[in-house]
Amino acid sequence: MTESQTHTPLPDLTIHQALAGLERGDLTAVELTQAVLARIQAVEDQIQAYLRVTAEQALAQAEEADRRRQQGERAPLLGIPLAIKDVLVTEGVETTCGSKILQGFIPPYTATAVARLEEAGAILLGKTNTDEFAMGSSTENSAYQTTRNPWDLERVPGGSSGGSAAAVAAGEALGALGTDTGGSVRQPAALCGVVGLKPSYGRVSRYGLVAYGSSLDQIGPITQDVRDAALLLNVIAGHDPLDGTSLPEPVPDYTAALTGEVKGLRIGLPEEYFVAGIQPEVEAAVRAAVAHLESLGAEVLPISLPNTDKALPVYYLIAPAEASANLARYDGIRFGYSAGAENLFDNYRLTRGQGFGPEVKRRIMLGTYALSAGYYDAYYLKAQQVRTLIREDFQRAFQQVDVIAAPTSPTTAFRIGEKIDDPLAMILTDIFTTSANLAGICAISVPCGFDSQGLPIGLQLLGPALGEEAILRVAHAYEQSTDWHKRRAQLPTSAS
Amino acid sequence: MSATSSATSKAVDSPSSSSSPASTYLVLGKYEVVVGMEVHAQLLTRSKMFCRCSADYQGAPPNSHTCPVCLGMPGALPVANRAAVEATIKTGLALNCRIAETAVFARKNYHYPDLPKGYQISQYELPLCLDGWVAIDLPDGGSKRIRIRRAHLEEDTGKTTHVDGYSLVDLNRAGVPLMEIVTEADIASPDEAYAFLTKLRTLLRYLGVNSGDMEKGAMRCEPNISVRTPEMRERGEYGVKVEVKNLNSFRSVRNAIAYEAQRQAQILEQGGQVEQVNMGWDEQNQRTVLQRTKESAEDYRYFPEPDIPPLRVEEPWIQAIRATLPELPDAKRARYQEEWGLRRAEAEILTSEKRVADFFEAAVAAYGTAKGKPQRLANWITGELFRLLYAEGQGQDLRQIAGIPMKPEQLAQLLRLVDERVINPNTAKKVLERMVRTGENPQAIVEAEGLAMVSDTAQIDAAIDQVLAAHPEELARYRAGETKLLGFFMGQVMRALKGKADPGLARQRLQEKLQSEASSG
Amino acid sequence: MKLTVDEVKHVAELAKLALTEEEIQQFTEQLSAILDYAEQVQAVDTSAVPPTPYVLPLVNVLDEDRPRPSLPTDVALANAPDREDGYFRVRAVFEE
Repeated sequence: MTESQTHTPLPDLTIHQALAGLERGDLTAVELTQAVLARIQAVEDQIQAYLRVTAEQALAQAEEADRRRQQGERAPLLGIPLAIKDVLVTEGVETTCGSKILQGFIPPYTATAVARLEEAGAILLGKTNTDEFAMGSSTENSAYQTTRNPWDLERVPGGSSGGSAAAVAAGEALGALGTDTGGSVRQPAALCGVVGLKPSYGRVSRYGLVAYGSSLDQIGPITQDVRDAALLLNVIAGHDPLDGTSLPEPVPDYTAALTGEVKGLRIGLPEEYFVAGIQPEVEAAVRAAVAHLESLGAEVLPISLPNTDKALPVYYLIAPAEASANLARYDGIRFGYSAGAENLFDNYRLTRGQGFGPEVKRRIMLGTYALSAGYYDAYYLKAQQVRTLIREDFQRAFQQVDVIAAPTSPTTAFRIGEKIDDPLAMILTDIFTTSANLAGICAISVPCGFDSQGLPIGLQLLGPALGEEAILRVAHAYEQSTDWHKRRAQLPTSAS
Repeated sequence: MSATSSATSKAVDSPSSSSSPASTYLVLGKYEVVVGMEVHAQLLTRSKMFCRCSADYQGAPPNSHTCPVCLGMPGALPVANRAAVEATIKTGLALNCRIAETAVFARKNYHYPDLPKGYQISQYELPLCLDGWVAIDLPDGGSKRIRIRRAHLEEDTGKTTHVDGYSLVDLNRAGVPLMEIVTEADIASPDEAYAFLTKLRTLLRYLGVNSGDMEKGAMRCEPNISVRTPEMRERGEYGVKVEVKNLNSFRSVRNAIAYEAQRQAQILEQGGQVEQVNMGWDEQNQRTVLQRTKESAEDYRYFPEPDIPPLRVEEPWIQAIRATLPELPDAKRARYQEEWGLRRAEAEILTSEKRVADFFEAAVAAYGTAKGKPQRLANWITGELFRLLYAEGQGQDLRQIAGIPMKPEQLAQLLRLVDERVINPNTAKKVLERMVRTGENPQAIVEAEGLAMVSDTAQIDAAIDQVLAAHPEELARYRAGETKLLGFFMGQVMRALKGKADPGLARQRLQEKLQSEASSG
Repeated sequence: MKLTVDEVKHVAELAKLALTEEEIQQFTEQLSAILDYAEQVQAVDTSAVPPTPYVLPLVNVLDEDRPRPSLPTDVALANAPDREDGYFRVRAVFEE
């Protein structure tokens, strides 16, 4: 065991460190899983990252992983304990999407991305907290619990994949899957000081991802470092015949892109992302990160993405419109909560009125309105047209540059309760992230500093559709020449 | 306004109309009927539209043909069925439609227990097939085109059964591919509606895309009916239209249109106004009744289905599908008449079902196309064979012809036995009956039952002598000039020979005998 | 205010959401604020811009017509709040 690892508690190992340890026989999957479960036990009361921990199943999988490794099997994630955001269905394990309306729902099938992790030998620790149906930016919209930011328990972990990001930041999992419709992987990763990758639309199968905004949703890894993100993406990416929007292009080995070399790479800096309202420390950290990349040999070019300010309003018309249809199936008939009203249509209204939380109802209302007779052209159609302009901005930009650098979130983690009563203020936290979803391109958030209160800041790197290798390469080169990612949150109790 | 003048400009609605004034259908002497038809046809694919559950749900236990996709489970995604898309394009081609270069699935949003996702995946702005037509025959011998506005692809809903204040939901049917065909308002009478639907069903069955079984719900028709005066037509106005649902046969459609047109005309006659409502057909009382609407405010909020990328239908794909089109009934009928000299009546009935036409053509191939032969086969099929099918099969469904043990080639053999004077036509009918039941070869039946025609003159003469000897009284009357008794003697001779005598020969010998008897007597 | 209370009620009915009076008031204000914010999209000239409902270059994603096994009926029904004899059961389909 190398010196650095001897001092690293097992739950704080990166995936690639753990894989190396398992391969050398320094540790077993059972030891690793037990250590992570112990960490969960120790900190979960405070962090509340998980809605459900499947400890028994995890240990059984760990034993199986050790057996397989002994027999000489080498699956890419054999023995690695991971957490899954609760909007991904898991056969036999309750999946609620953070909503009362799905309380008790036991799916009869498993999401493709999760099934691929399992085939790769990963161990599933449980389901992580999320804003209800992934609608939110703080995880406060969960019907069950509020997840805390491991860096400051009074603050949100971001959202909607706040449970997954907090779990990884607190060593409650070596890595996790989140989902990103308007920034829900990248923003909590930034706020929790970890790495979050939103793949290009179509790169990872959405089969089994409970739909929020179908044309925007993607599943992505949340990990301690960039190499781990590449390792998870290697496994979950690729064509799935069960998802008609999954791309048939072959999946490269993303770790091969991690050369540490950025010489000659062109990085675009869009001035539209440095606007009023951005926390000055965030802007300073991101600009410093870009300067650092330049010092590593990258070429930094100013670029323009003129429709950047339209992305958020466009997103807040398209995502709710799609959601209004996606969430129509929660009617108390085939699964989930039923109000038990005496009359069929009253039962629809009451089941949905009682089963959904306020943010979900708000978005269903907004989306229904945007699609309704007389408003379709002015809202939904108009938004889809402006979406075209946003895409074209990126297409033009990527003719000039290889990746685009920007902040992930305009601020570091905010206080719990600070924005929950002001829906508009809350959605403004997605101001830098939604355009990647609208354009279908890929983006990654990587730690790039801390503010004066010790809260992490994220650097966002955006690449063209199927440009994952480029953003991973730049993110990795940046990360390896800085040590932001090595800092760990000080945990609430004496952790193992 | 007279019927004559109202019909003069009728052709405006249907450009190719050759209808004569006499065929104009008027209610209460002055109201024209305007009908547009919406037809839903389940496609005969093996799996469902957006998942691979078996689409063969008839008679299956409830909810036994379901999966996360057709149950609308969280996270499940649809993937469109290639066969359903191609069946729709094929239908579009047969309906003379333009196939859209780009077709897009859309979500139609409404809540109902038989609709698991809370939206139906359909096509809205960009359907697969547009602007076609179907030609129907008019009673006066002319024909008329009923224009097809569009044909698109969607998914069927599940079924609900009402029991004791509850509804039971079975989702086996949910997601079965459904093609919706919408006509322009070109149908001007109940009979035209009947003719259109019959023609459409024939086409769909020819294409093999739909069973045409209305009673099983595989084909559903919803006419939009309105009436108007010729003055209104001249001003380009339409009456208020009423949609009628719950029609289980073409006959019901015809009756419902007649009833509804009458009802609307009476309202107008009394100075009232027709309300835009949905009606249901009450089969028992043969009338339309006001139906509850599914949703008070119908605002389906259609938008493009993000889970299914668009369809792009390029020329090579269309050509490949066109190449699979069978010869269609009109072309077949024309060929039977022109090439094989069939009479129109038989040509029409033989082409009304593809299976009948296939049987006929196989029989012709075995029997030959020499002058008169195809017509002779046609007579046997539409006469004796259909009689047997109706008598022994399940109802008057000619498609049963494909299921009988007798092969078309065997029918050709039977006719050849008649032609070669091995058996007489009456015997052939008996043989046919057994062939239809057992599928045995005609020769084998003739041998087994000893049915070969008696052409031996000595044997026939002996029988004639015997008959004449046994009926001296009749013989005397014959001699006295009552020549019609020839038929009586003929019958007796055939009977004596158990019906197997060569009728021509027997008649000839009998006549000779009677003449010689007369001259000798 | 972009939205009226009546519009909010109408939309809630389309979406089949029972809302309390308080929620109706709240949503009227909040949705109006969000729509005001979305208003900036209206200012963009899109007269010559096609919409982008699909970001992928994919067309004709079709599966072959080969049936695969369905779920066992008891599994299909396992999550249903109410069921009977292999059916999902709901209150009678008649409105009011």
